[in-house]
Amino acid sequence: MSVTAHAHVDDHAHDDHAHHHKQTFVTKYIFSQDHKMISRQFLITGLIMGVVGIAMSILFRMQLAWPGESFGVFEALLGKWAPEGVMDADVYLALVTIHGTLMVFFVLTQGLSGTFSNLLIPLQIGARDMASGFLNMVSYWLFFISSVIMVCSLFVEAGPAAAGWTIYPPLSALPMAQPGSGMGMTLWLVSMAIFIASSLLGSLNYIVTVLNLRTKGMSMTRLPLTIWAFFVTAIIGVVSFPVLLSAALLLIMDRSFGTSFFLSDIFIQGEVLHYQGGSPVLYEHLFWFLGHPEVYIVILPAMGIVSEVMAVNARKPIFGYRAMIASILAIAFLSTIVWGHHMFVSGMNPFLGSVFTFTTLLIAIPSAVKAFNWITTLWKGNLQMNPAMLFSIGMVSTFITGGLTGIILGDSTLDINVHDTYFVIAHFHLVMGISALYGMFAGIYHWFPKMFEGKMMNKNLGYVHFWVTAIGSYGVFFPMHFVGMAGVPRRYYENTAFPMFDELTDIQVLMTVFAIITALVQLVFAFNFVRSIFYGKVGPKNPWKANSLEWTTPQEHIHGNWPGAIPEVHRWAYDYSKVDENGEYVIAGQDFIPQTVPLQEGEEELQH
Amino acid sequence: MTTVLILAVLALVAIAIWQMTKIFELSQLKAESSQIANDSDNKTNGYLLFAFLIFIYGITIFSFWNYSKFLLPEAASEHGQDYDGLLLVSMVIIFIVQTITQALLHYFGFKYRGKEGRKALFYADNDRLEFIWTIIPVIVLAGLILWGLYTWTTIMDINDEDDPIVVELYAQQFSWTARYAGNDNVLGDANVRMIDIDKANVLGVDESDTYAADDIIVKEIHLPVGRKVNFKMRSQDVLHSAYMPHFRAQMNCVPGMITEFSFTPIYTTEEMRQNPDVRDKVKRTNEIRAERAANGEDNSDPWEFDYILLCNKICGKSHYNMQMKIIVETQEEYDAWMAEQKTFAETVLKQNTAQTAMNTVD
Repeated sequence: MSVTAHAHVDDHAHDDHAHHHKQTFVTKYIFSQDHKMISRQFLITGLIMGVVGIAMSILFRMQLAWPGESFGVFEALLGKWAPEGVMDADVYLALVTIHGTLMVFFVLTQGLSGTFSNLLIPLQIGARDMASGFLNMVSYWLFFISSVIMVCSLFVEAGPAAAGWTIYPPLSALPMAQPGSGMGMTLWLVSMAIFIASSLLGSLNYIVTVLNLRTKGMSMTRLPLTIWAFFVTAIIGVVSFPVLLSAALLLIMDRSFGTSFFLSDIFIQGEVLHYQGGSPVLYEHLFWFLGHPEVYIVILPAMGIVSEVMAVNARKPIFGYRAMIASILAIAFLSTIVWGHHMFVSGMNPFLGSVFTFTTLLIAIPSAVKAFNWITTLWKGNLQMNPAMLFSIGMVSTFITGGLTGIILGDSTLDINVHDTYFVIAHFHLVMGISALYGMFAGIYHWFPKMFEGKMMNKNLGYVHFWVTAIGSYGVFFPMHFVGMAGVPRRYYENTAFPMFDELTDIQVLMTVFAIITALVQLVFAFNFVRSIFYGKVGPKNPWKANSLEWTTPQEHIHGNWPGAIPEVHRWAYDYSKVDENGEYVIAGQDFIPQTVPLQEGEEELQH
Repeated sequence: MTTVLILAVLALVAIAIWQMTKIFELSQLKAESSQIANDSDNKTNGYLLFAFLIFIYGITIFSFWNYSKFLLPEAASEHGQDYDGLLLVSMVIIFIVQTITQALLHYFGFKYRGKEGRKALFYADNDRLEFIWTIIPVIVLAGLILWGLYTWTTIMDINDEDDPIVVELYAQQFSWTARYAGNDNVLGDANVRMIDIDKANVLGVDESDTYAADDIIVKEIHLPVGRKVNFKMRSQDVLHSAYMPHFRAQMNCVPGMITEFSFTPIYTTEEMRQNPDVRDKVKRTNEIRAERAANGEDNSDPWEFDYILLCNKICGKSHYNMQMKIIVETQEEYDAWMAEQKTFAETVLKQNTAQTAMNTVD
């Protein structure tokens, strides 16, 4: 079957070659259907949204550290929302809301998945392009439109959405409950609806491509772990994003057409509203049915990237390849049945809470397996400390630190007192925010040469970027656990209304200073990134001496990826430092065996 | 002034980055110009990984040393003691695992840093190892799950045994109100549709319900020590969350629904004020406040410890200041306080007088 599929792909590719020569600027750079260009578009859009999201976090961290203080930068950036430079309470909530939305969806979902799934799926499975180049292009442009709408919503008269990134009704449904729930929320919902369409088109394309367009010899168990991660991520996306769309649609109806899906018995601003019989808890269920898988949609691609980058740079096979795949599948399955741990104290039946505690703590098992496998991959390796490798090690470190506190939050009993406090913020920023960002950075440093025609990023700037970021992120989020356990709730504009939080101001200042330093050092990355695109030195064709197929393509981007026939695959992607009986490398003088090299005489293919 | 400073800092950072790249470029002219890690990079970063392990331990110790005293004091409720026990055990497990795994990760990073000519070990699989690190988490988590679920079921089993006081917590943007069930210990029916601002029936209590007549509406909760309280939560507008951190208690208030939480306070406010941790905390806080007073800043009044009810679900502009005081006292003090309060019948149902329906805080 794979042979016929292969032949078909080849024919198709030749057709393409015949009429793709006369490319205009518009078809090459803007409405491109080439997966490599689309991946760049996703990456750059994602990074721009990341700049906005991180800048917002600095603004509200400054407000937390120096509550009520006047800053010129507030006045300059927030305008009427910061009269005389003092941040307004409404815009504080808007900032945290949009920060969350941008980082979770725009940066870490489409910025991460969109970029690397697009770049790597065709290149690593040996395909000319995605199954549907057109859908792929539509996916990007929908993402672009939703980004534009989200950014536009920042300039709405009454302010952008401000009900928290989870936009729980009734707060998000009633414009009289807060100014952000008017036009700002409408635009938020429209933007997210378009975003979901973009994500679904992308995901379906990834799934079809992985299933159908693998080259000859590329069985599922020879796929690099990146592809497994992207593939499973796409499946979770297809399963859960439609549910968020339904939640968004029902909320739009409650807001605009007077239905009562989520609203009941409301008295606000001196009058009783007509809503009757709905329940906000229903919204919470629908939201978190996506919302929880979403955090795995964010972290799984990072895990895949880290597995690949770590094996390449450790010059060792990834330890426990099959266990890694099994744990990805287990995490994916469990991720769809744990959403209730966000709702232990929402008023749902406590028995449901018990069930969700059980499933939630189960998910710690595959996560632990992954962490131990990464650590073992490093053991007795020959670690090449490229920036991508450092970010991968950093990712394992933050994933463990952040993941362990999940044991507290996933336990319904212990969640009671830390629910919605800064403990939660510390937990998820480490385990999914920082970890996924590290995965993203690892991917960018590692595949930059593939993405930008052989140009390499400056490694020394990469080291500066990594080490300052690594220290800064722990500096921000480690002390934050203590703030949470002191009982400080999240989404508080200032903590001065409670004398019991007075003495925490010093920690807030410390965290904010770390946050500012960490944010500033991202400018080093931005500088390195932009400069390398234009002036980066072209390195070797296979700079990291990796086995996977993407490094067999020419550095210069061509439509269809390989100038000749698509290479055939003869082995898995992790034959690093493989030796024969005499203890010599299988290929003399070379510690890696690309997937395209047939099994050598007397070489044994292990059942990985 | 700040703008100028910020611009100056930004300019300096830009210059620093520019200079740094310059330096790197110049230094690379002599060495190789490759952007791939060489042995000296491996060595430097290997040592840095080891230093980073020390940093992680350092920040952990630093945080515990300096910030442990900020954590909430001993639980002031019966179930809170179980909560604290479970929390402690979970934390111990977490820190053991954290210490070991971070050590392995960074030490391996340091120990096996790349060297020209070093041969990595081709080690792809080991079923026994996989089994070990699957089964150990399974056993540890099974223990935690069972203990957690047992505690959870006990906490969430809200029943009428032991003669609990029934108190309604009523949330609105941005304040709390409490309603005691009165002598009959049954709350009168209520719904937002029965709110009558003109008659100051702000909770929408059903005026025709006989159970409602003896209900007592207050702006400050008083609880007798050692007596179980069953809270019934309501909200009139958006989601709120009744968070009572000292009692390890929290439950969302959902419009259109009545949610419940129950606990038994075990220390009076007075006893809690004598708790050494709390006394230290109050002392430290009042030092900060005295300093503020000296500088003529806000929030500088001396503070006395009190239990507090906070809103812990984003509810709008003043979410950060939606609170109510909770006072736990002896049965006698409680009875005396209760006797002073006016019932619903005495306030709303007799609206001829100009008094408010709600008991005000003295």
